[in-house]
Amino acid sequence: MQHLGGLKDKWLAAIAGAGALDQLESLRVEALGKKGEVTGLMKTLGSLTPEERKEAGQSLNQLKDALTEAIEARKAALQDQALNQRLKSETLDLTLPARPEVEGRLHPISQTIDEIIAIFGEMGFEVAEGPDIEDDFKNFTALNIPPDHPARQMQDTFYLPKRPGEAEAMVLRTHTSPVQIRTMMSKKPPIRVICPGRTYRSDSDMTHTPMFHQVEGLVVDETTHMGHLKGCLIDFVRAYFGIDDLPVRFRNSFFPFTEPSAEVDIGCDRSGGELKLGQGKDWLEILGSGMVHPKVLANCGIDPTKYQGFAFGMGIERIAMLKYGIPDLRTFFDADLRWLKHYGFVPLDVPSMTGGLTR
Amino acid sequence: MKFTLKWLNQHLDTDADVATIARTLTMIGLEVEGIEDRARDLAPFTIGYVVEAVQHPNADKLRVCKVDTGKDIVQVVCGAPNARTGMKGVFAPVGSFIPGTKLDLKKGVIRGVDSNGMLCSMREIGLGQDHDGIIDLAADAPVGQSFAAYMGYDDPVMEIKLTPDRADCLGIHGVARDLAAAGLGTLKPFEQEPVAGTFDSPLQWQRKDVGDACPLAVGRYFRNVKNGPSPQWLQERLAAIGLRPISALVDITNYVTFDLGRPLHVFDADKVKGNPTMRMAQPGEKVLALDGFEYELQPGMVVIADDECVEAIGGIMGGEHSGVTAETRNVFLEAALFDAVNTARTGRKLGINSDARYRFERGVDPESADWGIEVGARLILELCGGEVSHVTRAGERPDWHRTIEFRPERVETLGGVVVPSERQKDILSKLGFGVNEATPARWKITPPSWRADVEGEADLVEEVLRINDYDNIPVVSMPKMSALPHPAITPQQRRVPIAKRLLATRGLLEAVTFSFMPSAIARLFQPKGSNAEPVMLANPISADLDAMRPSILGNLLLAASRNAARGFPDVGLFEVGPAYLDETEKGQILSATGIRVGLYRPRHWEGKPRDVDAFDAKADVLALLQTFGAPVDNLQILSEAPGHYHPGRSAALRLGPTILAQFGELHPSVLKACDIKSAAVGFEVFLDRLPMARSKGAARPLLNASLFQPLERDFAFLVDAAVSADKLTRAARSADKALITEAKVFDLFQGGTLPDGKKSIAFSVTIQPRERTLTDQEIEALSAKIVAAVNKATGGELRK
Repeated sequence: MQHLGGLKDKWLAAIAGAGALDQLESLRVEALGKKGEVTGLMKTLGSLTPEERKEAGQSLNQLKDALTEAIEARKAALQDQALNQRLKSETLDLTLPARPEVEGRLHPISQTIDEIIAIFGEMGFEVAEGPDIEDDFKNFTALNIPPDHPARQMQDTFYLPKRPGEAEAMVLRTHTSPVQIRTMMSKKPPIRVICPGRTYRSDSDMTHTPMFHQVEGLVVDETTHMGHLKGCLIDFVRAYFGIDDLPVRFRNSFFPFTEPSAEVDIGCDRSGGELKLGQGKDWLEILGSGMVHPKVLANCGIDPTKYQGFAFGMGIERIAMLKYGIPDLRTFFDADLRWLKHYGFVPLDVPSMTGGLTR
Repeated sequence: MKFTLKWLNQHLDTDADVATIARTLTMIGLEVEGIEDRARDLAPFTIGYVVEAVQHPNADKLRVCKVDTGKDIVQVVCGAPNARTGMKGVFAPVGSFIPGTKLDLKKGVIRGVDSNGMLCSMREIGLGQDHDGIIDLAADAPVGQSFAAYMGYDDPVMEIKLTPDRADCLGIHGVARDLAAAGLGTLKPFEQEPVAGTFDSPLQWQRKDVGDACPLAVGRYFRNVKNGPSPQWLQERLAAIGLRPISALVDITNYVTFDLGRPLHVFDADKVKGNPTMRMAQPGEKVLALDGFEYELQPGMVVIADDECVEAIGGIMGGEHSGVTAETRNVFLEAALFDAVNTARTGRKLGINSDARYRFERGVDPESADWGIEVGARLILELCGGEVSHVTRAGERPDWHRTIEFRPERVETLGGVVVPSERQKDILSKLGFGVNEATPARWKITPPSWRADVEGEADLVEEVLRINDYDNIPVVSMPKMSALPHPAITPQQRRVPIAKRLLATRGLLEAVTFSFMPSAIARLFQPKGSNAEPVMLANPISADLDAMRPSILGNLLLAASRNAARGFPDVGLFEVGPAYLDETEKGQILSATGIRVGLYRPRHWEGKPRDVDAFDAKADVLALLQTFGAPVDNLQILSEAPGHYHPGRSAALRLGPTILAQFGELHPSVLKACDIKSAAVGFEVFLDRLPMARSKGAARPLLNASLFQPLERDFAFLVDAAVSADKLTRAARSADKALITEAKVFDLFQGGTLPDGKKSIAFSVTIQPRERTLTDQEIEALSAKIVAAVNKATGGELRK
């Protein structure tokens, strides 16, 4: 077995010289295959003496291991080479556009309603809803707006044709107050509800559309007073606009369904020619409110000597325009897809008090 | 309602400035809409005397003037051609804001000469365009005095927006009363003592069947008056609030209307034939009113008539026939009470908006007919001369006295602020309320005649609160009802935001469109049935918004058409909102509606563009239904969508008898009506009709994942073309409901070598072993069962 060193060198050189995987495989078969040279030598071991066999066996095994290792190493190198070769030929122009996916957007009205619900929900309010086509009683009379009262002239009402035998024509609700009426007629105090929804007034110009959205709120229990009205609405507007020190002013006003009544203004600054909410010397009217009129409570079957509370209402488009800088009310209803994409909201932006109202 | 500060001061003794008055008015409920304050803008400008004007040593066109400002002599360099020694002009000291240049005036050196102020042109002080020279005032203009005061510009005009309850503030006296109560000075009473008459009025008031529509008419006759122009002070006042001075008599009635909220009317007595009579109009009667229009009157309207014709519309407007002129010598002054509701109705029917109507329909002080006639008489005698008759009076003054029980503690328990009893009493008294402290806890309050709006205790609380200033009510956040809030929306309501956000993630833009639509479009969407007409509006705002939408689809299609016209033909829109099948509450349905128009897949380097088709709409529908847990596998897909869909390319999804959703291509005639020129599909999912998940708590059933791999077997059947794919797959699944979990169509072929009227449908069946691996024989047996089931259900033949 003196020649094993030469044998090893021969095979190692051949393996190192193998230029392709199939060539390497042939070498492996020639050296280590069933009929391979090294295998052949292994077969001769049986003819040796035990001492010789031990020594020669060890040497042959070492040779075999060395060749196997060399083949594996060469194989890995050749595979790397082949992979590198392949990768060189595999290219993509990734400046090409991806497959088109259209991303939808939520309308600012929907997003704003979700924000409003998130804030008032935190204060224990529930959402109440009702139909858009209302009867005269729930839209007017129950709210202490009798026929021919000048207050009815404050609102330009859409009417449905009067049906034969009907005392009063149905109307498109001019506010979401009929939902308050429905709530009071069907629920016992304590009541805390907000009523977002579509409302209608026969008015159309730069700043009015015949349909718009309102959210109203109603609280009825035995102890809620005007200080709570102030607290509730101040807490709301500051959270909604995200301005902790937003000035809020309550001033006397009149609504047939509340007594006492208050208009609510928020502070702003118009000095730069641009409206900026917050500290400033100007005020901006933003919502109407008041303590529920005892007659309204009585009209809904709630004892006004025992229960009291407040109500408020505001325009959803209006507060959306103020918060998001949308200049023109009329564009809300045009479904111009450039507008929807520009002012719309990513659907995963779900407003919440814990996760944030606005990104 | 407009007034000037000086006019207000006639009723209110105060030294409060305009800003304080304005803030107070707004806070107590008389919202200030605007203040025109020329005095403030002109404050820096005073009258100066040019002691000397000499040529500037270094400039031809400039003069060096020495100006006496009343305080000192100031040197000013002036470029005006008319600057001359001895003139009086308008001087602005250094530091003044000059409106014309929008700059603060600085001390300057002009061509080597100091200039310490300015002599101004009209344009420079912001009063017009005149810039030909500096203002040249009369020789008697008082040096050093405010220019605005000299010109009479120092009387700011305030405009307040009155809420309909505050009829008492439709006269300036009422505004002054509120301000006095709020602590801004003292209210000055106005003169209402009777004026002695010297003869009996030749015209005597008559009332005929007018009842409460006109409970009281008061009048006086004036002889030998002279109706020239009214005096300067009166003309200026009316002009300041935007009224055109006409003649002394007319100006007096207008003045009293605005000063005291008491409308009056003067008739030319020589043109009135017989006694003036309050009566109801006869059908068809006409009157030419003072606005120059002829009005046809209707029963129910109160008129003032004489023996021959209607002379005035009661509480609204006088008639041309007996209107006063410069030649008028004898007049009859009317002060009457007209019912608010009846006046409002009459005015609305006739379409007349007048200052009188505005006041009567809000409620005029019932005492004012009696004192108003005296106020008017005094002014007529003073300004027009002549002599006045005794009063003629018909009817009764309604009794306005009433008592309201008031618990002062309610200011705290309802108003949220502690106001001491003394202060409450003071506020109410200053507003004219009679306060009787019957017991400390329960007072008896008598509202004054001019406050018909105050009806109950809550109104009295408001009076105290508003005068005490809402700012003084302490702020209290809402107390919690429970440690943690309950959900604000019900599971049913929650579907709306989920549907919106889901559809938006599917690539659709959310639109919000009107609930109205053109009736011609609405008719295309109105479901056939008992109520085949859309819900119409009696008074639509325009002809194309005259019906309530029976489906949102129409509005979305019209929106798509508008977008196409702007150059964006490929549109995906949705709206979640109401549609109106009839006017009842149940007729309003909540629908998640969407459209896809034009290309679904736009042109792209890798693949071909593709138009939208009904399967895009189907995918949207299924996504919604699956999200809401509707049993999608158990729904029946029926080709019976309503008429606004393409009859052969649309479907409805039904659960039992309830249609949950409908979708498909839109009917070509609908697309034509909505001016859509490309492919268009739509869907409607009726959110309120989807079954609610039965509440079994939040826990899910245990996952039953098999240990064994599922296997798939493919089948292809030749069936009649009319057989639906759904029928095949349902039949296949029915072969073994335990083992077969799914049957999916993967190929559809028609034509080629296939016989006419036949199609080939290939589907793969997923078999999920549960307890052990299936043997080949078992799989073969199952396949045979599937083939048999499909064949039985559809007559289809397995293709080999």
